[in-house]
Amino acid sequence: MKTFKTGGIHPPESKFTENLPIENMPVPAELAIPMNQHLGKPAKSLVKVGSEVKKGELIGAADGFISANVHASTSGKVKGVKPLPHPSGQYAMTVLLTADGKDEWAEGLNTEPVNWRGLSKEEVIGRVKNAGIVGMGGAGFPTNVKLSPPPDKKIDTVILNGAECEPFLTADHRLMLESSDEVIEGLEIIASLFGERAKAYIGVESNKQDAIDALSRKASPKGIEVISLKTKYPQGAEKQLINAITGRTIEEGELPFDKGCLVQNIGTAVAVYEAVCKNKPLVDRIVTVSGLEIGKPKNIRAVIGTRFSDISAFCGEPKTGTNQVISGGPMMGKALFTLDVPVTKTTSGILFINNSGIENARERTCIRCGKCVEVCPQGLAPWLLANVAQLRDFDEIQLLGLANCTECGSCTYVCPSKRELVHWIKYAKALVNNRQQRKSA
Amino acid sequence: MESVNLKVSNAPFVRSKDSIESVMYNVALALAPATVMSVYLFGMKALLLTVVSILSCIGFEWLMDKARKKPDSCLDGSALVTGLLLALNVPANLPLWMVFIGAFIAIVASKHVFGGLGFNVFNPALVARVFLLISFPAAMTSWPVPAPFSFDVAIDMETAATPLGILKTEGIETMAASFSLMDGFLGNMNGSLGETSALALLAGAAWLWYKKYITMHIPLTLIGSVFLFTGLFHLIDPGTYASPMFHMLTGGLVLGAFFMATDMVTSPLSIRGQLIFGLGCGLLTAVIRLWGGYPEGISFAILIMNSFVPLIDRWDLNDRKALQQKKQTTS
Repeated sequence: MKTFKTGGIHPPESKFTENLPIENMPVPAELAIPMNQHLGKPAKSLVKVGSEVKKGELIGAADGFISANVHASTSGKVKGVKPLPHPSGQYAMTVLLTADGKDEWAEGLNTEPVNWRGLSKEEVIGRVKNAGIVGMGGAGFPTNVKLSPPPDKKIDTVILNGAECEPFLTADHRLMLESSDEVIEGLEIIASLFGERAKAYIGVESNKQDAIDALSRKASPKGIEVISLKTKYPQGAEKQLINAITGRTIEEGELPFDKGCLVQNIGTAVAVYEAVCKNKPLVDRIVTVSGLEIGKPKNIRAVIGTRFSDISAFCGEPKTGTNQVISGGPMMGKALFTLDVPVTKTTSGILFINNSGIENARERTCIRCGKCVEVCPQGLAPWLLANVAQLRDFDEIQLLGLANCTECGSCTYVCPSKRELVHWIKYAKALVNNRQQRKSA
Repeated sequence: MESVNLKVSNAPFVRSKDSIESVMYNVALALAPATVMSVYLFGMKALLLTVVSILSCIGFEWLMDKARKKPDSCLDGSALVTGLLLALNVPANLPLWMVFIGAFIAIVASKHVFGGLGFNVFNPALVARVFLLISFPAAMTSWPVPAPFSFDVAIDMETAATPLGILKTEGIETMAASFSLMDGFLGNMNGSLGETSALALLAGAAWLWYKKYITMHIPLTLIGSVFLFTGLFHLIDPGTYASPMFHMLTGGLVLGAFFMATDMVTSPLSIRGQLIFGLGCGLLTAVIRLWGGYPEGISFAILIMNSFVPLIDRWDLNDRKALQQKKQTTS
């Protein structure tokens, strides 16, 4: 069984929701749709208070090369356009939409599927761009940009990321099982952009055997290879997944297309299929609602902009022990200070947990056990990076490979001294970035 | 639910169950077979000595935390391990007040003076052992003969030299007449509490290895290099130099290789560094044993190599930086 070469950990999988079919969550009375749900510049809002919109209508236009469109996720009336809490932990410009309850599509959207094979490359990428599709695994990089690499970079490998290595999350798993046709069709559309030469793979961790079986049956006649990967975190990280499947290593400063690879998330593939064949913009996504402290863990299909408070009510309310709510997975997610934030295009999970002892947790001294070095998938020395970050020596730290860190958190997971290693590394990265921006400005 | 109750902290939100405590208590557990064996061989004196050593180490740790105004660390298990190792490194006949002084040297003079757990350059228990050996040479080389199940504290135990001591002072024939490899393996010979039974020590080391708290890089290179070096000289002149198997099973080689050279705080982090460290310890041990003034060399060897650890780590650091610079200039 294949896996990536360096490091990695195996935290408890805790996939409690893997056997629960996706439930459609009703559209709540009010939606909060942020203008930045992607990497890059936030979209420019096109609506004013009082505007009437239909489902799928453009309400935020991509602003610049790396940006993405935002659409109304239901029909209704705009109640406000103002900064509101965002799952990133900050405030972001948000369109508040009061639903009219009809959930009515705008004209020409969400049609009967058409055959995409007649479309040109430019038309396919144009549809992806119009639909506002971004990488739905978490990073949120605009998909149309990723699908148009510079002409001198030849893509020979297209990989669909079904690793879903984060504990708890099962959104991609359910999607692979319940929408395997759409997943495969989406992958075919993506691979077709790179001609006959591109070989398509779907990488799935072996703890999802049912998904591997379901996909293999349908994929192999089409020349798509489904690869069973040894369950190991962070297999779903782009660099690790490429290494696991092709054996190629993405060096510092390189992007996957430098090594002829393109990686897309399972959810993104389905969104691409829907955008290209059904002309459906990205207005909903699958979210895993889990953790030990939620009444009824579920996999739900929620429209973009659904508030976490509505989702928590839909899933049987949190238990009294809840002290943390996390957007994303437990390894790379973010702890929220309010449930008043919406589902965005990159919200893969919402976890309600009781992180006991969090008040008493303290960093102890490093006992030089070397575990962090052993598990670092990028071959770094996290203890050293953290030490140098604490000394605020931001020249030295770049010489230690700071930019190579993917912030997967494996080092912090294993540290017996409970040091906040990845936190210190992120801190150093942020300050190094600031300094460079100030220099170039 | 009131959102006021939500706590914000850093990812990741799941952490492994490993802690300083679990590492230390597992090391202590791994030393348990050897400790039980020593109580079986040397009786009540060994038990009393071990208890005094552990309690005084934990006591000094507590005092130093108070004096340095640091959070309590006396029960994190590191003082327990130091105490156990110190006890296993001295003869059962040692007066208890000397053990107490040893604990002071280990915890105060070689651990907290450097900044406490994680910052000490030298293995505390070994510093204490060497300090005692130099300060009280007579008491530290009066080895009781094993007398299984002697639980009377009052009697004076019969003493005799260790096999390595006999080899050093009386030559190989006398040693060969009084020593069998099987006795050495099981522990039925003179020596410190923990130097005797290779079997009990190996069982503990296997546990640590199985639980992944130690790797085999240091112990295997250390023991391997002692074996090869002493084996070479045994081949050249069997009349003067003892067989490598003899060297394997006598003295503190097994205890030192698996439990003291592998101390995380005082050994290199990289595999490459660990191999050099193990090799250095092994060669120094062999050299001291074959030609040194002391019959036993493992404590000195490990302490000397401890002092090279910052240098070895610096070498790795510079290599990392060089590699990074090369990448940045090519890209």
